[in-house]
Amino acid sequence: MQGYENILQELNRILKPFVPLGQAINEDTDMVADLGLDSLKVMKIIESVEDSFDISIPLNVLPDVRTVKDFALQIQKINGNQ
Amino acid sequence: MAIFDKFQQLAAARKEIAQNCNSFFNIVMEEIISGTEAVVNGRPTILAGSNNYLGLSFDSGCIEAACEAARKEGTGTTGSRMANGTFSGHVALERELAEFFKRQGAIVFSTGYIANLAMLSTLVGPGEIILLDADCHASIYDGCRLAGAEVHRFRHNDPQDLEKRLRRLEKRNTNILVVVEGLYSMMGDRAPLADIVAVKEKYGAYLLVDEAHSLGVLGANGRGLAEEAGVEDEVDFVVGTFSKSLGAIGGFCVSNHPELNLVRYASRPYVFTASSSPSVIASTRKALQLLKTRTELRQRLWENANMLYQKMQNLNFLVGPEPSPIVAVRLKGKAEAFALWSGLLEHGVYVNLVLPPATPDGNCLLRCSVSAGHTPEQMERICQAFTAVRELTAVPQAV
Repeated sequence: MQGYENILQELNRILKPFVPLGQAINEDTDMVADLGLDSLKVMKIIESVEDSFDISIPLNVLPDVRTVKDFALQIQKINGNQ
Repeated sequence: MAIFDKFQQLAAARKEIAQNCNSFFNIVMEEIISGTEAVVNGRPTILAGSNNYLGLSFDSGCIEAACEAARKEGTGTTGSRMANGTFSGHVALERELAEFFKRQGAIVFSTGYIANLAMLSTLVGPGEIILLDADCHASIYDGCRLAGAEVHRFRHNDPQDLEKRLRRLEKRNTNILVVVEGLYSMMGDRAPLADIVAVKEKYGAYLLVDEAHSLGVLGANGRGLAEEAGVEDEVDFVVGTFSKSLGAIGGFCVSNHPELNLVRYASRPYVFTASSSPSVIASTRKALQLLKTRTELRQRLWENANMLYQKMQNLNFLVGPEPSPIVAVRLKGKAEAFALWSGLLEHGVYVNLVLPPATPDGNCLLRCSVSAGHTPEQMERICQAFTAVRELTAVPQAV
């Protein structure tokens, strides 16, 4: 099972191509309000995360994901379960 | 915050569309001339966006059956299937559907939407998993939401991605229901069903196929993609609708699992809905007979489908991946989509305009659907209208 910091680092790497150039990303970044991600981009990010961590993310958890930290914690939890 | 404040974003989007294309929200079929023609904005218009694949909505036999049932049994059942709403016609239609699909059992629902809602919300529950194709219809997503199960998507028409997810979820040691469609409603492409069946068999999952758009369209006997792909025995549940090839309204599920009948008693969308009216059941039963016997309708449908698909390709429109009765023209910008759609309407042709986020890839779609009921003259007029608007607009060429 991967540690939280490693997950966060990998998540930042995945998010980078989807956000405007120069846009800072940290744990508290709101994925929709701050990064302006639409639903198509969110689904592409999820697919990248799934492949990177070899997990399958259920749609049910998405309403609870608002910030980058929320997402990293969900990945950690799913990583442990799967 | 007022109760309607959450609709502000929707209101803004609606206003933007209305400013660019006012008629988008004002389409009324003022007079129905036939299954393929209606008066819209005071003008006779060819309907090239309905799902009347076999053109049976105006079949005289279906109409007569509906009228006779209304006269004999009334306009509605005024009750649930679980109470006073099961008439002999409902039972007969279930028997006939089971025979047609060569399955042990069938359940009839009041709409196709309810069929998916009822089956998905009942078959799986908390602790179990649904794996659905990303491009599945909203009724499937809504059924999943109601189920309380864990819902996972796999990439559209990608059996490798499905396998990858089944492998990742294998350790969970729980029931997994895979859900796909026979023919996808937006792009008109088939599911790679034989490959999907092979994967789900390998991992011991169940499979539900929604044949809403493929019933009467695919398969030597019109039973849909599972028949065409030769995998009917491996499909656990087939869901479908009466509102497309059968020209009425309603839905069904057929299965060889003897426990299917138990779903009735556990399914809230089945129990707490009034059953289909006698006229609807009667016309559907007649249409099902015609689907079986009038094979020339399917042949004519495919002639029209191939002709329109070919024509769109010749006009350099970007269309779906394979010919089908659903011919979807993909357009990048809303302005072009509005211009083309309005132009077609002015030329007396109605097609569906579908805007993101309702489209699979974020593009706009002019979704055409053809019918066996379209005459050669109507098909020619549809093609002429597309030619005319193609010349009038600067839509980027397909590559």
